[in-house]
Amino acid sequence: MSRQGTRLDQKKVNSELFTLTYGALVSQLMKDYENVDEVNKQLERMGYNIGIRLIEDFLARTGTGRCYDFRDTAEKIQSAFRLYLGISPQIMNWSSSGDEFSLQFDSNPLTEFVELPDHCLNLKYCNVLTGVLKGALEMVQMDIASCFVQDHLKGDPCTELRVKFIKRLEDAIPAGED
Amino acid sequence: MPAVPIADDCLFEFIHAELVNYVASSSKGDHDVSTLEYLGFCCGYRIIERLTKDWPRFKDELDTLKFMCTDFWSSIFKKQIDNLRTNHAGVYVLLDNNFRLISKMSSGNQYLEVAPRYVTFTCGLLRGALANLGIHCVVTSEIKTLPACAFHLECWLHVIEFPFPFGMTRVSRLGT
Repeated sequence: MSRQGTRLDQKKVNSELFTLTYGALVSQLMKDYENVDEVNKQLERMGYNIGIRLIEDFLARTGTGRCYDFRDTAEKIQSAFRLYLGISPQIMNWSSSGDEFSLQFDSNPLTEFVELPDHCLNLKYCNVLTGVLKGALEMVQMDIASCFVQDHLKGDPCTELRVKFIKRLEDAIPAGED
Repeated sequence: MPAVPIADDCLFEFIHAELVNYVASSSKGDHDVSTLEYLGFCCGYRIIERLTKDWPRFKDELDTLKFMCTDFWSSIFKKQIDNLRTNHAGVYVLLDNNFRLISKMSSGNQYLEVAPRYVTFTCGLLRGALANLGIHCVVTSEIKTLPACAFHLECWLHVIEFPFPFGMTRVSRLGT
């Protein structure tokens, strides 16, 4: 039996399934929680769980070493986006003190098939990314905060994620150990 | 760089794990995973439409199932179904000896109890995909030893509604 036509592209199918699964997840959260802020928080929490695992995969795959400064970190974050989502967000709008920058996305597999209805204007659809960044960087002793300042889904010209360095985390010895 | 950005394979595994975690921790009953099945159904129903839009028409039920076991399965779970059995009367058993979503679990009996919730999404995925291809079925799963998993499909005698000019409908089972 021979079938004409191309075989399915495994990477593309997986990527689309990921997009659809994420969409199903967000819509389920919207059903479960009345409050949109709760949904954003829950998405970030899930992202955090993903981030603390993803960083190991990233370090193992890229064999990357320590960062010299936050600019170095920004570039590594950018390369992680290329590795995992296939996109290269632009790094821009550095603050003068060099502890805050923006990532600007033109396209994003997460939002591939997405259109937001009017009643979820406060929903940060990609909020899982903020959690992933926080979780991943926390595992390499860096405390950061990030938030979306512009969102393509809400009619802004692009999606912008603002990332702010807070402090370096020191290794803490578990309580009760010398 | 491709026109449409491609997300890495492992992200699906991560988001799936979080999904299971979320549903398992928020459900009222201990073993209530119907939400997971429903989410899988939604995804399956949508994705199959994109996959099969340039595909030749399927001959019959068995042909559709073969597509699910080979192309569909290997594009999502990176390997084909190891064994497909049927009684030629609408019951199918799909056996995957190393199912991707539970293959990272310890193969002892320790996690046998929680393993089913990691395949529920896939049950829904199968049911949704087949529903969109015109085969309505009930999908259940069975895990005897990790990481092997069997999916049992029981298809209904179903009504196919062709757009006949006189509003007729034909009741039949494909392939029998």
